[in-house]
Amino acid sequence: MTTPRAALPFDLLTPTERPFFERFGDGLVVVLPARRPDPNGWGRGGPPHGGAWVHVGEDGKVRAFTGKVEVGQGTRTALSLLVAEELSLSLATVELTMGDTNVSPWDMGTFGSRSMPDAGEHLRTTAAAARAVVLELAAARLGVAPGTIELSEGRARVRGASGARSVGYGDLVKGLRRVEMVPPSTRPVPPPEWTVAGRPTPAVGGRDVVTGARQYTSDLHPPGMLHGRLLLPPSFGAKLRHVDLSAALALPGVTAVHEGDLVGVAAPDLLTARAALKSVRAEWATYPQPSEREIVEYLRQHPAEGEDFWDVLHEKVGDVTAALASAPIALHETYTTAYIAHVPMETHAVLASWEEGRLTVWMGSQTPFRARDALSDALGIPPSQVRVVVPPTGSGFGGKHAADLAVGAARLAQASGHPVRIVYTRKEEFTQAYFRPMAVIDIWSGAENDGTLTAWQFNDLNAGSAAARLPYKVPHQKIDNQPADSPLAQASYRALAATANNFARESHMDELAARVGADPVEYRLRHLADDRLAAVLRAVAERAGWLARPASPGPHPGRGRGIAVGLEKGGRVATFAEVEVHPDRRLEVVRIVTGFECGAIVHPANLRSQVEGGTIMALGGALFEVIHFENGRILNPKLSEYRVPRFHDVPPIDVVLLDRRDLPSQGGGETPLIAVAPAIANAIYDASGKRLRSLPLAPDGTIP
Amino acid sequence: MTAPETSNHATSVLRVNGADHPVSLQRERSLLYVLREELGLTGTKYGCGEGECGACKVLVDGVAVRSCTTSVGEVVGRSVTTIEGLAQGDRLHPVQQAFLDAGAFQCGFCIPGMILAAVSLLDRNPHPNKNEIRAAMDGNVCRCGGYLRILDAVQRASRLPGDPAEGPP
Repeated sequence: MTTPRAALPFDLLTPTERPFFERFGDGLVVVLPARRPDPNGWGRGGPPHGGAWVHVGEDGKVRAFTGKVEVGQGTRTALSLLVAEELSLSLATVELTMGDTNVSPWDMGTFGSRSMPDAGEHLRTTAAAARAVVLELAAARLGVAPGTIELSEGRARVRGASGARSVGYGDLVKGLRRVEMVPPSTRPVPPPEWTVAGRPTPAVGGRDVVTGARQYTSDLHPPGMLHGRLLLPPSFGAKLRHVDLSAALALPGVTAVHEGDLVGVAAPDLLTARAALKSVRAEWATYPQPSEREIVEYLRQHPAEGEDFWDVLHEKVGDVTAALASAPIALHETYTTAYIAHVPMETHAVLASWEEGRLTVWMGSQTPFRARDALSDALGIPPSQVRVVVPPTGSGFGGKHAADLAVGAARLAQASGHPVRIVYTRKEEFTQAYFRPMAVIDIWSGAENDGTLTAWQFNDLNAGSAAARLPYKVPHQKIDNQPADSPLAQASYRALAATANNFARESHMDELAARVGADPVEYRLRHLADDRLAAVLRAVAERAGWLARPASPGPHPGRGRGIAVGLEKGGRVATFAEVEVHPDRRLEVVRIVTGFECGAIVHPANLRSQVEGGTIMALGGALFEVIHFENGRILNPKLSEYRVPRFHDVPPIDVVLLDRRDLPSQGGGETPLIAVAPAIANAIYDASGKRLRSLPLAPDGTIP
Repeated sequence: MTAPETSNHATSVLRVNGADHPVSLQRERSLLYVLREELGLTGTKYGCGEGECGACKVLVDGVAVRSCTTSVGEVVGRSVTTIEGLAQGDRLHPVQQAFLDAGAFQCGFCIPGMILAAVSLLDRNPHPNKNEIRAAMDGNVCRCGGYLRILDAVQRASRLPGDPAEGPP
């Protein structure tokens, strides 16, 4: 069976083979190709990145395409603004397609705060190249030199001439079928000259949100659709021994599949599907698993082989062993963070549908191209026969990278001959998804009597390398991270390793400052090696009304303040926290100031929203979020037992944004989280003299 | 809208957004299930199924309730309003408009429940202070952490001329 060329996914065709005009009408297309991972070695020929392409149509609309997805972080609006800027358009004239593997350029996935520095840069460069062609076309049409043309609101006109000498983009590209590659010399508009980007703009699609019209994957319901459920293991490491589907199959309209480890049922309505799953008789073999109380020792004793683990860092400067041995002040402390859950408001959801041997899957995925490849592998069909589409998604936070649910839905759809939708229950979301890894971090530090750091040895176990490097000047350093064999499934999470490593480092810096009686802000500024981070720290200290004094005991017993900084993914953050430790040990966060700088700000309202929201999400992990587990079972797989931040947990949060129009835009979805936990831990110390080195700090609302 | 085929259960009439729908009163059918799966009103969201997140909130006789823990039998004879029934034609309800103006959403999944909780609150207390808003809406979770924007939106709505809970004139 061969697929007609016009139906093949664009990323599997060369740019000139792609049926742009058949699909989107005549016009101008400009392409910036993706750089896929080299099969002969990761990163050969440069780090892989997604592509971009832009279509200027006869209707005057500009369609832009990226492989990144929108899961609530607001990049749809920010990326659209960058395209609108280059082509001098209003936001409404730009239509951005995200994460549709049939027409989007290939992309690795939406993680690591890469949407702005990668997709943003690629889309604005591609749109800038389209602008150059539009200028050229307009000059020819109007009979003037390109330099005399100005673009505004989708029209090209001769500068200074009356309105008659102008032409709309749609007219310029009428009957055109031109594909251009982005020339290497293309220079987008420098941020200081932005007139569309960098200004207050409402987010696109808001009306559908407030009217309930926005359709998430879990809302899709094509005719004939069945509801699917999968049989899921009762605990980690459980193996299916025997399964009997006969009772399930006796129910009306039920389809059941059993292939390898996959057991699933589908039925015309959710209640029957639920009953069918209940009637599946399964025998599981379980094996003893480590429990929460022994987890630190377990991780220490089970380092994982790191060879296929890309996120490993080993760095050495100077002679840290000698420097530690000779330091007048030496400190060694251990810090830990807990397994926590993503808890996306929309649980994992997938809709799979087959048509003439071709599979389409709608899913809230942060990695649609990877999902396409996983489906292709699992189902034994070529990637060209699989299309993954990412509808609006009820958040992800790094938790929506897997494709196993999609494989289950595809199998059930194949077996039943109907589209099948699977939506995880909240309990399934808690027990079958993966978690933010637990981390165990050891720091050994050495300093002069005045506190000047001379040695720093940092061992991260099981979090990852992000933010493990020091933003401080220290002559002798050794920084390592080591993955462990986790007894729970663990993977990507918003700011995962950076949260853990930053908590350890910024807590430890405060411990050193306290040891020598230094002011925590002054102590950091003394060592900071990064001027941008120092500027953010000063801005936050000023906004918070920080007065220089050593930490603990503060002037008001019970009241304390703390500060912490972080540098990660190109962003700089400083967080100030003020807390009250009440006489009954109840902890109250009184106020927070977060300062953030990530280069030129593309969409200020959204960045503010990300910083506020990130700060609030980080409050949960800092204060009370924790997955409890015993012998492979999750003990608190419910929102009534796993506490997430609510209205009453949120103190006043003051956000200070530093807009650096002279610097490239970086992502803002993760780094704003990473200084929250240490700022609060430091404030608790200032308030009470108690140094807490494990997250969460106050799981039941009180400090230990 | 067709009545469910299950014949061994009583059927009744459910009034949703001003229209009557025949529904089965089968016990395990929650109001959420009927709204989403039988009436196709998907603006009401499933978030947790145990009444802990508020994503499924709808108005029953003007009061916000969690539709996931409400059986359909409990609301027969009463008036249910979902997020789809709040605007009048193209004209948004003032609370919807306030959420839009405040940019009070990220992924947006919790917003229908938030809006209905706010409409219910403002109906009882047209000018709540921040603590009253927090207390009334504490059962609604926004995992994106949009609470401050949502707080702002509810305050905006409470400052609008006229009674915000009444809807557009």
